[in-house]
Amino acid sequence: METLIQIGYLVALVCFVLGIKGMSHPDTARRGNWTLALGMGLATLVTLMQPGLGNLPLILISLGLGSWWGIRMSSKAQMTEMPQMVSLLNGFGGLAAALVALSEVVDMFYGDAMANLLMEVMGMGVLGQYYLLFYVVTLMISLAVGGISFTGSVMAMAKLDGKVSGQPLRFPMQGLVTNGLLVIMLVLTVAIATWPSYTLPLIVILMILSLVYGVLFVLPIGGADMPVVISFLNSLTGLTAATTGLLFDNRAMLMGGVLVGASGIYLTMLMCKAMNRTLGAVLLGQFNSGSGQAAREMSGQIKEIGLYDTAVLLAYSSRVVVVPGYGLAVAQAQHLVHELEKILAAKGAECKYAIHPVAGRMPGHMNVLLAEADVSYDLLVEMEAINPDFPLTDVVLVIGANDVVNPAAENDPGSPIYGMPILQVHQARNVIVIKRSMAAGYAGVENELFYDPKTRMLFGDAKAVLGDLIQAIKGL
Amino acid sequence: MEFSVQEIPALIESVLPELYLLILAVFLGIEVIGRVPQVLHTPLMSGSNALSGVVVIGSILMVGRAEDAHWSVLVLASLSLVLATVNVVGGFAVTARMLNMFRKKK
Repeated sequence: METLIQIGYLVALVCFVLGIKGMSHPDTARRGNWTLALGMGLATLVTLMQPGLGNLPLILISLGLGSWWGIRMSSKAQMTEMPQMVSLLNGFGGLAAALVALSEVVDMFYGDAMANLLMEVMGMGVLGQYYLLFYVVTLMISLAVGGISFTGSVMAMAKLDGKVSGQPLRFPMQGLVTNGLLVIMLVLTVAIATWPSYTLPLIVILMILSLVYGVLFVLPIGGADMPVVISFLNSLTGLTAATTGLLFDNRAMLMGGVLVGASGIYLTMLMCKAMNRTLGAVLLGQFNSGSGQAAREMSGQIKEIGLYDTAVLLAYSSRVVVVPGYGLAVAQAQHLVHELEKILAAKGAECKYAIHPVAGRMPGHMNVLLAEADVSYDLLVEMEAINPDFPLTDVVLVIGANDVVNPAAENDPGSPIYGMPILQVHQARNVIVIKRSMAAGYAGVENELFYDPKTRMLFGDAKAVLGDLIQAIKGL
Repeated sequence: MEFSVQEIPALIESVLPELYLLILAVFLGIEVIGRVPQVLHTPLMSGSNALSGVVVIGSILMVGRAEDAHWSVLVLASLSLVLATVNVVGGFAVTARMLNMFRKKK
């Protein structure tokens, strides 16, 4: 039986790895998710087969209750609320890990867990004392990190929901207090681990401090950075799963937790990179950056996108609108745009061109240029006709256009181009701007579209970029 | 507790297999997601969040062990089991919903 259980855990672990692997590519993502779920189901099942497992009815009731609650929560959430949802679930995971550790601590004081542990340690000879030390430290890590993950996640959710202001919240000596708390927690852990007899009050203090720390940790981070914070806290929950695995001497938990911890940290860094930030700037910038004003400036940063990401985004969109501008004509890239449009159409996307009256340098300039490249006329849509379609558009590809997509023309009375009719691309779900540099447009005006959170910049010569993009989409 | 330097080699030897596993798992965790496109960042985060609910194993073992333990142990462990299950089931369900949005709509 024991062998069967271990083999079950091994198979579950293989499912975990294959599942995560699958989830990192669009074609296999759905299957990857089910592979992960299958692995988890198997791990749970073999755990229930553990000989000598008591309280089976209670376990089954708890599992049923949790499943019902989980399904209810996930089916009721709106698609726009997904980040909050993930954050809350992650908080539950963190709290679960902390509670397992806490129940182990309580069992040590009220039950015979302590006696069993000491018995085991005696049997280990000289290494026993190290084992004891290691066990207590691991227990404290589970307790504290789980607690941080719990309150941190709840805080992140509240910020995303607007229940707590998304603005970074600061108070005097914040860095000192937050860092000081961390130091106190470390000292407490050492004290608990080296004390001849573990003292319950110290452990309770550690738990409370970790809960406070989770709140303080998220408080000074702006709402725009919350996805990164959630990903980081998710990685922490993975860590607590791993330490809990150590406590129970369970490899599936240990390896699953390490897997989540490592890939979580890596994903966090990828997300930071996509936002043109560093993890340090997001998590620790809190201590040396200035006021909320500065943070708002930061959140309005230019974000770049890579060729591969652009290719994937385009290939999996159902409505794409290309906004061609003078830059496209200068680069003589109209034939390549047509080729891109054909490839996307072949992939099942609806691909159109939005033609601003002053696209190019004179009215109708762009229509001519595109017609020259054999673009069919019915794909060229005039500004008035296409503006209502932008909110339903998955990706707008702005190629070498600038002022004609500048929202300042609509909302900034102080702008020199205020009042100019524009293509309202800022209403689309995603905007990708292909541009040679950050230079201002024809009118010499800064374009706030480039600072829009939905906008990603793809720098380079239009012809070269489009050529590479076509290759990248073909290679997917 | 008294510690002495002579025991350190034996100590290292005893944890070596576990150390191998841990280090390889860290590399695996990083390698396995490789270059993930931005559109998948949120679903991947959500999926790995569900996976971090693997602590459910620990909760089951804890409840199962607490047959004649203090009632508070049982309460804490059962609560953690419910929460971990919500994390796992809710996590996978939410991820599935998100990924369904990626299906081509004809």
